[in-house]
Amino acid sequence: MAPAALRRHAVLNTRDCGPAHAAVSLTDEQKIVHFLSRASFGPTAAEIEKVKANGIPAYLEEQLEPEKIPDPVVEERLKNLKTLTLTSEELLELYPPPRQAPAKGNPPAAEQSPRNLILELQRAKLLRAVYSKRQLHEVMVDFWTNHFNVFAAKGIDRWLMTAYDRDTIRPRALGRFRDLLLATAQSPAMLFYLDNWLSASPDAFANRSNGNAAVRRAGLNENYARELMELHTLGVDGGYSQKDVGEVARCFTGWTIRQPRGRPEFLFERRLHDRRVKIVLGTPIAAGGGIEDGVKVIDLLAAHRSTARFISTKLLRRFVRDDPSAELVARVADVFQQNGGDLKPTLRAIFTAPEFFSPDAVGAKIKKPIEYVASALRVAGGETDAAQPILRHLAGMGEPLFLSVPPTGFPDAASTWISPDMLLARINFAVDLAANRIRGTRVRTGEITALALAAPEFQKR
Amino acid sequence: MIMNIPRRVFLKSAGMGLLALGLPPSFLVRAAAADGKKNKVLVVIFQRGGMDGLNAVIPFKDRAYYALRPTIAVAEPGSGAERAIDLDGFYGFHPALAPLKPLFANGRLAVIQATGSPDNSRSHFDAQDYMELGTPGVKSAADGWLNRLLQDSGNGGPFRAAALTVRTPRILSGNAPALTLASVEEFRLRDAMLAPALEKSYANVSDPMLRQSAAGMFEAMKILKSAAVAPQPLSEVTYPNGRFGASLKEIAHLIKLNVGLEIGFTSIEGWDTHVGEGGASGQIAERLKELAEGMASFERDLGDRMEDVILLTLSEFGRTARENGNRGTDHGHANVMFVMGGKTKGGKVYGRWPGLDPDALYEGRDLALTTDFRAVCGEVVARHLGRSDLGKVFPGYEMPRPLGIVA
Repeated sequence: MAPAALRRHAVLNTRDCGPAHAAVSLTDEQKIVHFLSRASFGPTAAEIEKVKANGIPAYLEEQLEPEKIPDPVVEERLKNLKTLTLTSEELLELYPPPRQAPAKGNPPAAEQSPRNLILELQRAKLLRAVYSKRQLHEVMVDFWTNHFNVFAAKGIDRWLMTAYDRDTIRPRALGRFRDLLLATAQSPAMLFYLDNWLSASPDAFANRSNGNAAVRRAGLNENYARELMELHTLGVDGGYSQKDVGEVARCFTGWTIRQPRGRPEFLFERRLHDRRVKIVLGTPIAAGGGIEDGVKVIDLLAAHRSTARFISTKLLRRFVRDDPSAELVARVADVFQQNGGDLKPTLRAIFTAPEFFSPDAVGAKIKKPIEYVASALRVAGGETDAAQPILRHLAGMGEPLFLSVPPTGFPDAASTWISPDMLLARINFAVDLAANRIRGTRVRTGEITALALAAPEFQKR
Repeated sequence: MIMNIPRRVFLKSAGMGLLALGLPPSFLVRAAAADGKKNKVLVVIFQRGGMDGLNAVIPFKDRAYYALRPTIAVAEPGSGAERAIDLDGFYGFHPALAPLKPLFANGRLAVIQATGSPDNSRSHFDAQDYMELGTPGVKSAADGWLNRLLQDSGNGGPFRAAALTVRTPRILSGNAPALTLASVEEFRLRDAMLAPALEKSYANVSDPMLRQSAAGMFEAMKILKSAAVAPQPLSEVTYPNGRFGASLKEIAHLIKLNVGLEIGFTSIEGWDTHVGEGGASGQIAERLKELAEGMASFERDLGDRMEDVILLTLSEFGRTARENGNRGTDHGHANVMFVMGGKTKGGKVYGRWPGLDPDALYEGRDLALTTDFRAVCGEVVARHLGRSDLGKVFPGYEMPRPLGIVA
């Protein structure tokens, strides 16, 4: 097939599958397009050809080891985004927060505005989604970024988000869940976002002369403990009580940030820690455990059956359908648990499940805005600088990257993304993209029409 | 504005859309007119960043105010422009609020002092969240309180609630449909030629969510077009420059179009005055000027229609009673709310004044709270919108005796 025809084919193949089509099984080509529409940010002609040549299993294995896939195109495109390689400390110094800026005097130059920190992260994310060869890794980074959501514009988190994305999430997106969970628990970004850095034992000495805000406001903060169980591990019906929330919060007292605006790094502050005995989900945690209390909670939660079910459900919702069957969830949860929360075998189980290639799974997912935008650019062979004009389109569709306010992150379920105004935003994006009216973004005209990109079929994957 | 679209273009594209429905254009015009009964409207302005209520509505008779704020206090009323504008012998408006003074004087604007959220969070993010969810201290609420207002049996059409903001605010997020739009003008297909084909393909899609959202989208666009058939004079009122003024103008426009708007929302940023806040002039004065001019323009623009409209303001927290080392103020507690329009019993500053003496300050630093913001919002919701289900709008909150802000 000629490339243009192939692209059209890829676009149209993820079609609205009514019950009438449900009985037939998929052709090999349909399987490949379907697989790529889930394991990547959208099929391209080149990727389809590649999977045709090597087969889906070989492609999956390659994608599961992203560090072995050269990605020079993305590296080249990211090299001008200077903030991506700086530490939080350097960012605080080079992009001073307003409160540290002098009251009078010149405001920082535009390129030194702290706004650039989130902007460059957003640009990098879209560029990677469109151009990276490590597509499955990017999909999983997006998944975990939302699962372990941090609202990048909450106070000092603006300066901590770059390191959170680069050092906490990315290296562990295809690793063991427990490692990722621990890394987020100790990340300054999460400690700040969910207030754990302020949480102190009720017994902690409230020394007002001490400069540490946590000491000044000695008191237990349950915010992180609650979200840790509700959103990060067990799920809201995962079998914990309000008593557990309080006990877990006590385990994490003292997990704080050395100096949020100066040296933003993890610190276990013994003076803030609650030294007494705790009982978490029926398991006693002995007195005087110090930092180990929190680590024990992480281990306990990571190994819990509810966590296996909750993570499996969310992964299946991302990769298969919004409402995976209980039976499928149980099967994937078994694999997750038997492999100590290793994500590679878990993903293999998902991508080889008969349900994954069932005809009624094809096109069953509504694309999130970033999936919609990236897949349009990929299928249209688009050139983009991923700067503000196209990012504004994404925000208009409801997904301002890294700026989900609630701790749930941007959800994968369709109901969030399809409403009259958001649909209009999608259709107008298609119109502007096809007409080359988005500054900094170009598609080859005639290659793809606004109608095809705006069609209901292309809203799905 | 919608009226700027050349009439010929409008008729052409509208005709095509209507053909797909098999309806004569007059049907839609009548339908829109029938829907366009003059319903009650609630407009909410969120002042993001935490307004310094003590420099907006100045307690000039409380001498502690001047002791706490050596460089940023606003002088008591007297001769000269750089002084507070007397309201009642105790409180005065910041001079930048001058556009609101006539509204206060003739009873159309009420002020509530020492109000806000009872939660002690001083995080913008948490405090805004709590205020928008309407559940201080509880983050698990799924919907914003304006969205819960929409979760009744009413079927008000696609324009029942609209946020004139870039993103859907938390206060309007939830199960009930609500529009987020940058402007009325932009709520249109940027290639009208695509409408018939798209309408047809979405009408045939098996996914109900896609099908219904598309139907709602096309319906909303048609209502706007039919409303434009009966021409509305373009507003001649000048709003302040910037996004905030423009968004208020859009809300007024939607109200005048009679497309069924019940809830309007917008926000105004820039209240986080930690450094160099200023007193009678400076940073805070600029913010207050934009707010006051926007509100006054809105009131003038709507004219008699303000009988059906109440506008109220929210801000996540007030600021420290004492100025800080940078001639600014840090995150505090109680604040000021404004209520304007409808049957507001204005011309009065409501709320018990807790005082600014050291013992009276909340946690030793902030203006104490004497009126829960839910008491104010609840009263507006009950009396202006005629709603009795306040337990659903503000779960877990027991409404106190009405303050009497709304008749």
